[in-house]
Amino acid sequence: MEQIETGPCTDYIKEQFSELISELTVKKSSVVITTLPQYSKALLERCKVDEKLQFDMLVDMTAVDWMDARPQRYEVVYQLLSLKNKMRVTVSVAVGEEDPSIESVVSLWQGANFMEREVWDMFGISFHGHPDLRRVLLYDEFVGHPLRKDYPIQGKQPRVPLRYPEVENTARQMHRPELVTIRPRKASGDEQAQVSERIPTAEGI
Amino acid sequence: MAERKLLEVDFGVGGITTQATPRALGDELHSESMIVNLGPAHPATHGTVRIVAELSGEKIIDADVDVGYLHRGFEKMCETVDYNQVMPYTDRLNYVSPVINNFGWCLTIEKLLDIEAPKRAQYIRVILSEISRVSDHLTCLGASAMELGAFTVMLYMMEAREYLWDLLEEVTGARLTVSYGRVGGVKEDLTDGFADRMREAFKGVRRHLVNCDRLLTRNRIFIERMCDVAIITAEDAINSSITGPMLRASGVSHDLRKAFPYSSYDEFDFEVPVGTKGDNYDRFLVRFEEMEQSMRICEQAIERLPEGPVIVEDPHIALMPKEEVYKSIDGMINHFELVMYGVKPPVGSVYQGIEGGNGELGFYVVSDGSGKPYRAHVRAPSFIHMGAMRKMLLGVNISDLIPTFGMINMIGGECDR
Repeated sequence: MEQIETGPCTDYIKEQFSELISELTVKKSSVVITTLPQYSKALLERCKVDEKLQFDMLVDMTAVDWMDARPQRYEVVYQLLSLKNKMRVTVSVAVGEEDPSIESVVSLWQGANFMEREVWDMFGISFHGHPDLRRVLLYDEFVGHPLRKDYPIQGKQPRVPLRYPEVENTARQMHRPELVTIRPRKASGDEQAQVSERIPTAEGI
Repeated sequence: MAERKLLEVDFGVGGITTQATPRALGDELHSESMIVNLGPAHPATHGTVRIVAELSGEKIIDADVDVGYLHRGFEKMCETVDYNQVMPYTDRLNYVSPVINNFGWCLTIEKLLDIEAPKRAQYIRVILSEISRVSDHLTCLGASAMELGAFTVMLYMMEAREYLWDLLEEVTGARLTVSYGRVGGVKEDLTDGFADRMREAFKGVRRHLVNCDRLLTRNRIFIERMCDVAIITAEDAINSSITGPMLRASGVSHDLRKAFPYSSYDEFDFEVPVGTKGDNYDRFLVRFEEMEQSMRICEQAIERLPEGPVIVEDPHIALMPKEEVYKSIDGMINHFELVMYGVKPPVGSVYQGIEGGNGELGFYVVSDGSGKPYRAHVRAPSFIHMGAMRKMLLGVNISDLIPTFGMINMIGGECDR
């Protein structure tokens, strides 16, 4: 069913955006467009505003770390959805290891805000023009970007120093009373002997 | 607004602490905005999430939503285990409807392998997914109603959910951590007499839902708290990548079960309820109606349940029957290979989205041809919705923050992964 619809669509994309696309493949009824980082935003914007395509929703966005398997280490993957045409397309952009960065698409889709923050958090790929690029799932003091393949699977993060050492912490200054100690109710030797008799021992059993 | 860092304000230890920042509104008028910190541990945020809201009077003028307190590295963990071993991890994503997550993962790997589960397995998946969807919505609505003071409704809904969880427990063997999906099918067939017990349970659920409907839908207090609160238009909802019941409440008729049918959903007759305004009340009504539609799907599926196997008969994908393993050498070898090295899909990457309880639950999986996923990514609806929450909160009263949060139905396990 999808094949019939994607057929003319792929031709249309090839015709219209030929200068922006480096490759277009159709695999298992999903269309994958590959492009260069400098064209990514222009391509996504035209996919969104094009009257025939109308990819109006950015469903998902993530990245893949290819290490040395590919000339460009990172791959940023966008999943677009057209609500009107009931069609999906995947846009894949290769990003180099030195200065991994790409144009932000928050101005096109508000939903990209958290997604781009997550990719920055997990892969360390920065986005030009993002209004508020900081970590989202992890904390600010976290060392490294965990979904990179060179991040170890086991290991410990350094301890986080006090964020505001100059601020007086009320919990630390709280008056703490002495620890409670409970003395035996009756101190006499006979009573204690009686108690110990009542407790079954291993021999008794 | 974005240049100012709200996070650098000290909030003291625990509770709600405020700090006033003076701001001049005009030459004569002077006004102050107040910053209120909610969470990360707050009884009404069922989950650990922190919302820093800036107030002008009672109105929220800015908000910073801070998620990630339950982050446990799901995606990194997936890279270290084989495809079937990911199943218990997916249980813990949306822990109110774990079966749907299982099947989402299975469908993704099946798309990668280019196979399809047998018809009976697909129908069983539909039945259990829809039962989970009802329990998901019951939890969401019950908790939200309780936060608005309707404690009775919450108890009714929990009891209704109990009927459904009994069914799930009967089939999967667990209430929450089900791990029932398998690549290529499901773990086991339905139990004997399941159809009758399901109809009985639905009777109980419907009886409770009628009561809840009477208590809430025309309740003036409830309507006045929910109506016209946190409105999000269809255009904004699409722009913010909102999916599922929240998108439908804004008036967009988009349901992945209809738009991209998977697991034979195209063979069932059901309606997609759509809201008009996109406020909290619409979200409530859409969820309420979806429960009835889900039960309708279940009843159709159980009536037309086809005969046959519940998992593909391919020794490289699914475990063979025990008789084969014990009595033949190739059965033994296949079993060993599958347990030791796992399913090996061809090289490639695939994205599959299914209709989860909260919205589009998508998995993006990259395979390098080995038994373990090279990269696995979850498109969690809760996470995206929390990203859109700031927009919904702007302009609402501080007292409407909790109902809005309840209607977003953030599930910590799914949002923070």
